[in-house]
Amino acid sequence: MKLDDVPQDKSSSYGGHKKLLYATTSEGRYTGTKSSGWDTEAFATTLAVEALEQQAQEAYNQWQQGLLSPLPYLMYQARLDETGLSQISGFWRWRLRRHFKPAHYRGLSSAILRRYSDALGVPLAQLKAYQSQANQQE
Amino acid sequence: MTFTHQQSAHCESGVMSSLLTNAGFAISEPMVFGLSSALAFAYLPIVKLNGMPLIAYRMPPKHIINTLNKRLGLNIQSKRFSGVEAGQLALDQALANKEAVGLQTSVFWLPYFPAEMRFHFNAHNLLVYAKENDNYLISDPVFEDVVQCSTDALNKARFAKGALAPKGLMYTLGNTPTNVNWPKLIRQSIKATTRILDGLPLPWIGVRGIAHLAKKIAKLDPAATKYNRLYLTHIVRMQEEIGTGGAGFRFMYASFLQEAAIKLNEPVLHDAANQMTLIGDGWRGFASQLVQYCKAKQAKPNFAELAASLQQLAQQERQLMQQLAAWCKTAAKL
Repeated sequence: MKLDDVPQDKSSSYGGHKKLLYATTSEGRYTGTKSSGWDTEAFATTLAVEALEQQAQEAYNQWQQGLLSPLPYLMYQARLDETGLSQISGFWRWRLRRHFKPAHYRGLSSAILRRYSDALGVPLAQLKAYQSQANQQE
Repeated sequence: MTFTHQQSAHCESGVMSSLLTNAGFAISEPMVFGLSSALAFAYLPIVKLNGMPLIAYRMPPKHIINTLNKRLGLNIQSKRFSGVEAGQLALDQALANKEAVGLQTSVFWLPYFPAEMRFHFNAHNLLVYAKENDNYLISDPVFEDVVQCSTDALNKARFAKGALAPKGLMYTLGNTPTNVNWPKLIRQSIKATTRILDGLPLPWIGVRGIAHLAKKIAKLDPAATKYNRLYLTHIVRMQEEIGTGGAGFRFMYASFLQEAAIKLNEPVLHDAANQMTLIGDGWRGFASQLVQYCKAKQAKPNFAELAASLQQLAQQERQLMQQLAAWCKTAAKL
């Protein structure tokens, strides 16, 4: 890639940062240069983020309807899927799925919620508040 | 300690280039990347990222550090920890000794990363060069300038759990290299790369892996429109967004070949550098092609065309590796 061809498309996913990459001068010599983003890359990123947000929105709706515990929503918010949450929290996937049920979630101990708090970066108090919120809905 | 920050394209090669350069042994990032034979390709359907296969354009994390350590005799001291307190204490002590310390961290927990860039990748390398009050002063190779991070946040990033968990890994440089035999070392490292890309009897690694991915694309079900869009853009993401990506690594390797050509006065390597640049351009063209296809939402999917572009790249990489392998057998100039 020549220096003139280095894209400067100001991708929003770069958050105002610039990445370094290597390109050639007109004499064909390599040098480091900065790029503010590339539309091709941004399109792929946006599509992936949208897919995740859609999943999060669905999980949020189901939580509000009392069909799921808040955990799936928080999981997608933390950019995780079941495999990832399982690895980070140390819970087997079948246990995760139990905790995804509102009735099970209400009965979870502080010790278990603490592990979710660490894995998802959500304060323990908030996870506990969601337990009693769920109770009030019934 | 005076520490000079330098921005890099990739975290691991950047950390090693920065560590060595600051210790008085000036070495460019592409030279680190090439000497550690880090260029590769791997298609790993067993490792899933959000339900998609892992596609890597370089060797796995820690390969650069370990290989460079061996080839240049750096005597790198690395340590993992079972607890957060021990890990923090060791880091603080090393900093008190005015050492620059390399760390393995999780991108997701580093607050100075823009939210859009954070994801659960546990093998991000950075350098800590000092501590002021409760803040670590950090030279993160992929950032333009130095950054800061609170003790709590850095502890969280160092002890993140999950795949490739860093377990607080920290490393410091033992020696700076002396009497480097460049002709021998460059031949050795290029030979290793030709073997990785075009010498392993595994269908998922190297040039065979690229051809394998091409076959996967050719076999996509035209009816599964949504999945296809996510799958094809996933390839682009793995190539461009994660780390430096495929084309980026190809350009970095081309830069290495050029530097090696000048160092050893070898016209063959100049020619190889030019070819590698064309291959990098080819990868970027392939990414555009995939995205254009996804944007168009055309009625007749033509996966064969996409697969053919990839097969061509595989062919080009194979030819270049064969040329380089032949060069490695030639005697070093005196």
